[in-house]
Amino acid sequence: MSMNNQGRPTGVGTAGTIASGSALLPDEPLLFEIGDTEHSGVDLPEIDLAEDRLGGFARKSKLDLAGLTEPEAMRHYVRLSRLNHSIDSGMYPLGSCTMKHNPRLNEKMARLPGFSDIHPLQPVSTVQGALELMNQLSHWLMTLTNTAAVALSPKAGAHGELLGMMAIKAAQEAKGEAHRKIVLVPESAHGTNPATAAFLGYSVKPVPARDDGTVDVEAVKAALSPEVAAIMLTNPNTCGLFEPQVIEIAKAVHEAGAFFYCDGANFNAIMGVVRPGDLGIDAMHINLHKTFSTPHGGGGPGAGPVVLSEALAPFAPVPFIKRVQDGLDLVEHVEEQALGRVTAFHGQMGMYVRALTYMLSHGADGLAQAAEDAVLNANYIKARLEHLFSVPFPDYPTMHEALFDDSFLKGTGVTTLDFAKAMIDEGFHPMTMYFPLVVHGAMLVEPTESESKQTLDRFCDVMADLASDAKAGNTERFTAAPMKAPRRRLDETRAARQPVLKWERPDDLPQVAE
Amino acid sequence: MRYLPHSAHERAEMLGVIGAPDIDALFSAVPKPALKNFSLDLPAHSPEFLVEAHMRALAGRNHAAGDGPFFVGAGAYRHHIPATVDHLIQRSEWLTAYTPYQPEISQGTLQMLFEFQTQVAKITGMDVANASLYDGSTGTAEAVLMARRLTRKNKIVLSGGLHPHYRDVVKAYLKDDPDLVCLSPSPTGQGDILEQIDGNTAAIVIQTPDFYGHLRDLKSAADAAHAQGALLIVVVTEVVSLGLLEAPGALGADIVVAEGQSIGNALNFGGPYLGLMATRRDFIRQMPGRLCGETVDADGNRGFVLTLSTREQHIRREKATSNICTNSGLCALAFSIHMALLGEAGFTRLARLNHANAIRLADALAGVPGVEVLNKTFFNEMTIRTAQPAAGLVERLARRGILAGVPASRLLPGDPEVENLIILAATELTTEADIAALVAALMEELA
Repeated sequence: MSMNNQGRPTGVGTAGTIASGSALLPDEPLLFEIGDTEHSGVDLPEIDLAEDRLGGFARKSKLDLAGLTEPEAMRHYVRLSRLNHSIDSGMYPLGSCTMKHNPRLNEKMARLPGFSDIHPLQPVSTVQGALELMNQLSHWLMTLTNTAAVALSPKAGAHGELLGMMAIKAAQEAKGEAHRKIVLVPESAHGTNPATAAFLGYSVKPVPARDDGTVDVEAVKAALSPEVAAIMLTNPNTCGLFEPQVIEIAKAVHEAGAFFYCDGANFNAIMGVVRPGDLGIDAMHINLHKTFSTPHGGGGPGAGPVVLSEALAPFAPVPFIKRVQDGLDLVEHVEEQALGRVTAFHGQMGMYVRALTYMLSHGADGLAQAAEDAVLNANYIKARLEHLFSVPFPDYPTMHEALFDDSFLKGTGVTTLDFAKAMIDEGFHPMTMYFPLVVHGAMLVEPTESESKQTLDRFCDVMADLASDAKAGNTERFTAAPMKAPRRRLDETRAARQPVLKWERPDDLPQVAE
Repeated sequence: MRYLPHSAHERAEMLGVIGAPDIDALFSAVPKPALKNFSLDLPAHSPEFLVEAHMRALAGRNHAAGDGPFFVGAGAYRHHIPATVDHLIQRSEWLTAYTPYQPEISQGTLQMLFEFQTQVAKITGMDVANASLYDGSTGTAEAVLMARRLTRKNKIVLSGGLHPHYRDVVKAYLKDDPDLVCLSPSPTGQGDILEQIDGNTAAIVIQTPDFYGHLRDLKSAADAAHAQGALLIVVVTEVVSLGLLEAPGALGADIVVAEGQSIGNALNFGGPYLGLMATRRDFIRQMPGRLCGETVDADGNRGFVLTLSTREQHIRREKATSNICTNSGLCALAFSIHMALLGEAGFTRLARLNHANAIRLADALAGVPGVEVLNKTFFNEMTIRTAQPAAGLVERLARRGILAGVPASRLLPGDPEVENLIILAATELTTEADIAALVAALMEELA
């Protein structure tokens, strides 16, 4: 095959690019290799601007931006889509990601013009229904968590986490305790937790996990000091376990003058069953795209509202909603406000609509049933596979995730990654691998409540078959995997070493000898 | 419950396999007083048609932009979205896919992101773009932090023409930072930012078209910044303007941040939107957010992966460039499809149409007694000074069914300078009749 110096096949549709495809999964050239700057799929009148008001800043150069007509665009994006795995086409047992069913009623409601075609800055008198929706969503979130306030605006979980920690920082400063510069983070925490704490200028002090995978209240007490501002604890934790001493931990943290930030990524295990406010949390973000079924969309948009305890409620950012005499008002400015604003406008309205639609569909009873089914499914997988897979923390029932480790693969020549890639050939998305970091070769499986018993049985059968095959020394099924996906394993080292981050015309690239 | 597949019989059978007497046994680690020890003030489950009725009633209490003449902009713009865009983004394989961490079964999303990055790089005139950020405002805060990392200097100067929400987000991210200088609002488009640049300056942040619609001179700003070793961060809140204006990259921008909502994404009352970020090749390793790169697979076929992830939180933890772990994937897809449908020819025509309608609007407004148009330059948005306080006037026009723009005082409360200012936008959807209705209503209100 001919290659240029970026290692890119220069000929589209050459034998080399077709080889991996099949009749129904053809390789698709890049948009820029199909379209050109004259094609367009939008009919707009050609305006002759007799004069302009651009003050001499009009563009003089060309953009070299390829266009497609409508039929070409339809085919390009439909073909590309078919190269993706998706929750609608198969199970995503991805631990800590909560890949549940995305109801289409949510999508239909989000597209009502009364929600999708309203501007964030039109007069509040013309958007009373939108404010009422935000109010109802807030009521659901505060009721499910038993908390005093909620800030809806964060754009995603990590953004909510940032806001929650900003509120804690502001509260410490308001107490005259800005000298508290340490945040405790258990070793099992998600990577965003230490990243967020460090971003706000805190130093991160790790708290070791006990041998059973949970946090020891005595270890927390030992780490607490007058320098500690907060603890960031995920509960249920990233090992899929409910922290049995969480109430004692909260009490110790509060007695030391610190706050309890709870990472709510795993709220799906306990919604409607346990209220985090009853456990003593001060702030917790809720991923609407995990727990409340808004679609992941191939990596966003998410939404990460943060519930706040009474102590932190005064530090909520703008905007928030206030009931006034003739309806609802949107408070967008507060004098001397500690925290200010973490995003333009009012947050992810499109996600609020979807999440509330989901909540109303399930009701309080359905949400609790969903949490119980999520936990039931994880325990079922654990029960069916524990004789073949190694379980690092067997002492407790698991919550909504089943954690295995790779010690069952020892001596087989098969790595965790190989095992995960072999799952692809069986039609499953791999589970979360090598996370949490506290478990060597972790394999974290989260089925969610959306999977039927039939699917879970097939998943367990496949996993058992793979485990037996690995132990039987049939390594090629693993090391060569995936073989049935649109692509074989990709060279990530090469991608990072010589980054090619956009398409360039082959003529613009220096050619190497062919 | 329609979303839950198990029957009661299956649940019992599964508990049997687990060896648990009942479901509560699986929650045994939860302290007793915290487990189901409450009743929730929330309704029970509901059939689809009742949920739909509830939501329709809420939606019906909002005045949609399409219900009448509409001139609201100031950072979010109403443009036409081709039917193809919304159809395609609702395909299961796009809508319900996860972040493409498993590239072998995510080539659709990855190739789309590679194409998206290319489109963003082209319209901004920059070397590289990332796979999107949450929105323009948080992107601006991220750009400021990136400039500090790159220059190892601290002073940041925000132009008075920067969208006030963007300014507030930067202020929240850099709380109480003595090296953050926010210049006063500049409704007439006059800037004094160049005088602020000194040897300690990491970056100046200039929006164009600015919050009031004026076009800003990027070339002299870039030259002045570079002379002191500072970076120029350019913010664009109306990305359609890049169809007609010189690309910031061609004028010396070091980092370009844009709100991409205008292409492919509905107003949605403020979100979800789409942050675009593009920069120079040398700065890639300090850029936040996901990046998609080209590579080959084990058979030598072209493929795409997320790359340079050693910058990111899931690898670097407390040493990451940012705590971000989401982009705005589906909004980026909508942008990319719409931009592919436009192509260079359509994008340019769309921008011209916006500008032509804005000229029509400006000229019509200039003829209304009691209205002064402040802009000499603009793309599709402008600021007027009215003989009455703007907030009340806009409210009265809304009662007549006309959404006439944004009173500047809504974003800058308490500033007497802006009390009588309204910011108005025209797009390709603005008709002659809309403008005539606005002018007639203004004449009556201001008479």
